[in-house]
Amino acid sequence: MSDFQVIVVGSGCAGSVAAYELAKAGKSVLVIERGASAGAKNMTGGRIYVHSLREVFQDMVEHAPLERRITHERISMLTNDAAFTMDFSSRSMLEAGQDSYSVLRGNLDVWLADQAEQAGAEYIYGIAVESLVKQDGKVCGVRAGEDEITADVVILADGVNSLLTEQAVGFARPSPSHMAVGIKQVIELPGSEISSRMLCAEGDGAAWLFAGDATKGLPGGGFIYTNRDSVSLGLVATISAMRDGKETICGLLESFKAHPAVAPLIAGGKVVEHSGHMVPEGGYRMMPELIGNGVMLAGECAMMCVNLGYMVRGMDYAVAAGMHAGRCAAKAIDAENTDKAGLESYVQALENSFVLKDLRQFQLFPEFMESNHRIYNEYPELIRDAMQAMFIVDGTPMPRLKNSMLPLLRKVGLMALLKDARKGMKAL
Amino acid sequence: MSASTENYVNYVNMDAYLGLNRFEVDEGNPHIELVDDIDILEFEKLMRVCPAALYRLDENSSPSFDYAGCLECGTCRIACGDTIIKKWKNPEPIMGIQYRYG
Ligand SMILES: Cc1cc2nc3c(=O)[nH]c(=O)nc-3n(C[C@H](O)[C@H](O)[C@H](O)COP(=O)(O)OP(=O)(O)OC[C@H]3O[C@@H](n4cnc5c(N)ncnc54)[C@H](O)[C@@H]3O)c2cc1C
Ligand code: SF4
Repeated sequence: MSDFQVIVVGSGCAGSVAAYELAKAGKSVLVIERGASAGAKNMTGGRIYVHSLREVFQDMVEHAPLERRITHERISMLTNDAAFTMDFSSRSMLEAGQDSYSVLRGNLDVWLADQAEQAGAEYIYGIAVESLVKQDGKVCGVRAGEDEITADVVILADGVNSLLTEQAVGFARPSPSHMAVGIKQVIELPGSEISSRMLCAEGDGAAWLFAGDATKGLPGGGFIYTNRDSVSLGLVATISAMRDGKETICGLLESFKAHPAVAPLIAGGKVVEHSGHMVPEGGYRMMPELIGNGVMLAGECAMMCVNLGYMVRGMDYAVAAGMHAGRCAAKAIDAENTDKAGLESYVQALENSFVLKDLRQFQLFPEFMESNHRIYNEYPELIRDAMQAMFIVDGTPMPRLKNSMLPLLRKVGLMALLKDARKGMKAL
Repeated sequence: MSASTENYVNYVNMDAYLGLNRFEVDEGNPHIELVDDIDILEFEKLMRVCPAALYRLDENSSPSFDYAGCLECGTCRIACGDTIIKKWKNPEPIMGIQYRYG
């Protein structure tokens, strides 16, 4: 007899949802979370697309501690002296199932863990699982210090910096070209001030991504998400490029905050937290096996994240993966087969869901973004020069637009432009 | 700051930011350790990627690393896990960073 039917490692987006599903299915489940409380070790951009939370919690989602409904999508191309910004808003963005919200993990993760606990999951906080217990090649529990706890199934939901996936499914440490470092500050401002600076109605907010000078031309970008009484501002940059470049991530954050297009947005704001976290960005091709004997991987420990430059998604994948992991583990237990073959239905469920479909769909994109320096360098400059040709008036006779634009395009190279457009379309 | 790193980190500001975070420091029990013989070029990589700027040069331009203030992101482990990071484990129970916002 095992101590629990299921042990879930980690209480982030994936873990608590898996535990909630299992508890609801009447299984005995223990969640072990290394933070002193849920969310204590977690950081995100962030904005969550709530469709997958709704599938799990239905109307209860109305009570989830979400910050602001996102009504504006903004993308800026920055050079050190200019900014070109697109702003999109539409009624469709607001419809149930298509809506998204800014979040702070300190609140969200506590709420998620509460749902799991109320459904009957047991929790241990403040302890990191150090290794998996295996017997005859099957994972049958976890170890922390001197303690061993056994279970029929172990669900790893321990996030991007998992120290356990190697033992579980032989997934070695990911390469620095497949991972990005994220740095963020939460900056407090009065809610009304945020609404007016971000041109949003009360309670509504913006998701704003920045390319180009935000990372001084390195692969990556900046972000601002509006919370109720603060903004989350930060950068994401590919570790290999950052490591071998000349900038420091902390220096980049300071110059991003000082950029003329960014500084007025946060002027007078008070930094209340400084955080760091990694983002997997290698996509489908770097994913590990999702199941082993007696073990399943859900969320970012399995690299389930998509970073498209104009959109970062990981939380809705983690929620969906946690849901499927929980449901499939419950079925495997009922069928009394929790070895690898018995857990196969989880992989099938993810194959049939948007999770693996999306990850597969965008599998060429990470390489495209990483290898294409023009996106972070030449294109922001090209746009700046084109906009200057259009908008700057100094009293000298203006050349025809055609005559001022063509030389700009030639500078980057028409062939290069076409090639990038083609490659980009293919990757998307 | 070494010549190969152009973007100067204002360590006074950095320390002020880290001071805003809630930490439990596990005195005398580092969860990250470097090898004894540190290759300075590898160390400079960590100076660039660590989001808490904990990898620094002291007044003698020698590498110095203080695990107190660590955000437990794992970036140094990914960047230099094969070279100068000898040990990277999660802090002991209840120790380390405790985000309030996240
Ligand atoms: C800068 C940044 C911006 C992002 N922006 C967005 C965004 O806007 N939208 C979006 O959808 N996604 C975004 N993401 C990605 C998103 O945050 C992740 O995909 C998501 O949090 C993954 O959820 P998870 O449950 O897999 O892992 P996590 O939420 O990281 O949870 C893992 C949990 O496991 C615990 N744990 C780890 N190891 C152990 C152990 N050994 N023992 C016990 N517990 C352990 C951790 O403490 C943690 O609670 C962003 C990420 C970053 C870093
Ligand atoms: S884990 Fe992250 S914050 Fe801690 S020392 Fe390494 S890079 Fe710096």
